[in-house]
Amino acid sequence: MVQYSQTRFDASFAALSDATRRGVLEQLGRADASITELAGKFHMTLTGMQKHVGVLEQAGLVTTEKVGRVRTCRLGRRRLEEEAAWIERYRQLWEARFDELDKIVDELKRKEKADARKQRE
Amino acid sequence: MHASRESEMARMQDRTRVERKSGRELVFTRTFDGPARLVFEAWTKPELLKRWWAPKSTGVTLLACAVDARVGGSYRFEFGHPASDKPMAFFGRYLEVIPHARLVWTNEESADGSVTTVTFEEKVGKTLLVMHELYPSKEALDVAMAGMEGGMPEMFAQLDELLITLGAGAAR
Repeated sequence: MVQYSQTRFDASFAALSDATRRGVLEQLGRADASITELAGKFHMTLTGMQKHVGVLEQAGLVTTEKVGRVRTCRLGRRRLEEEAAWIERYRQLWEARFDELDKIVDELKRKEKADARKQRE
Repeated sequence: MHASRESEMARMQDRTRVERKSGRELVFTRTFDGPARLVFEAWTKPELLKRWWAPKSTGVTLLACAVDARVGGSYRFEFGHPASDKPMAFFGRYLEVIPHARLVWTNEESADGSVTTVTFEEKVGKTLLVMHELYPSKEALDVAMAGMEGGMPEMFAQLDELLITLGAGAAR
């Protein structure tokens, strides 16, 4: 299992604590976009949007690339890795629960059979 | 011998599937070797729920479990963890209860909690269980994911606080 450091946790936590930044992530989840496009969508100045993207970039949630005069933003690889790691953790929790539940279902089944046998006797 | 144990492990790990169906949905599936009425019983009777909801491997212990599996009835689970002095509480209400077929409940421990639907579908003595979690928004699921990254109870607590703040912000 991948280990995550507290610093990394804090960085994504801070990055996600802002509604605009969460909106930007959602937007980038649909399609890559330039800073100008994002600024327009969120009714912000270019500088304001640059700051938000900077925070997301530092947290590894977004990567940017400048081609000519346009800076394009896309979801960072870390974002996708984190999602996969989280889903796997969550799956393991339920797997552990369901393994116990398996035993209980088995026990109930046997008990039911035994009760039915007793009734016939 | 070793190899066969490994392949058995791989098969076991395959039994619970989870998929992010959309931005706001997670879907779990698992098949149980028993009729739906017994699986349903294990989901709705507190004395049975207690025995599987906090498996040893997760490191948590179940401190309290109150379940009133009727429409409008409420439930509350409290867990303890060695790394946390405060118990973690999970609670909500049942929105739908169809015996042996369907359970729907709310998760109200956070302002952005999901609604969980569990269906039980019986086929020749086996039960296909599908658990569907619907979050109020993609952000809610994203935040849940970011917060649970470390998986530690204090992070759950931090996340709860954050969610309360976010909830207040969203209401503006």
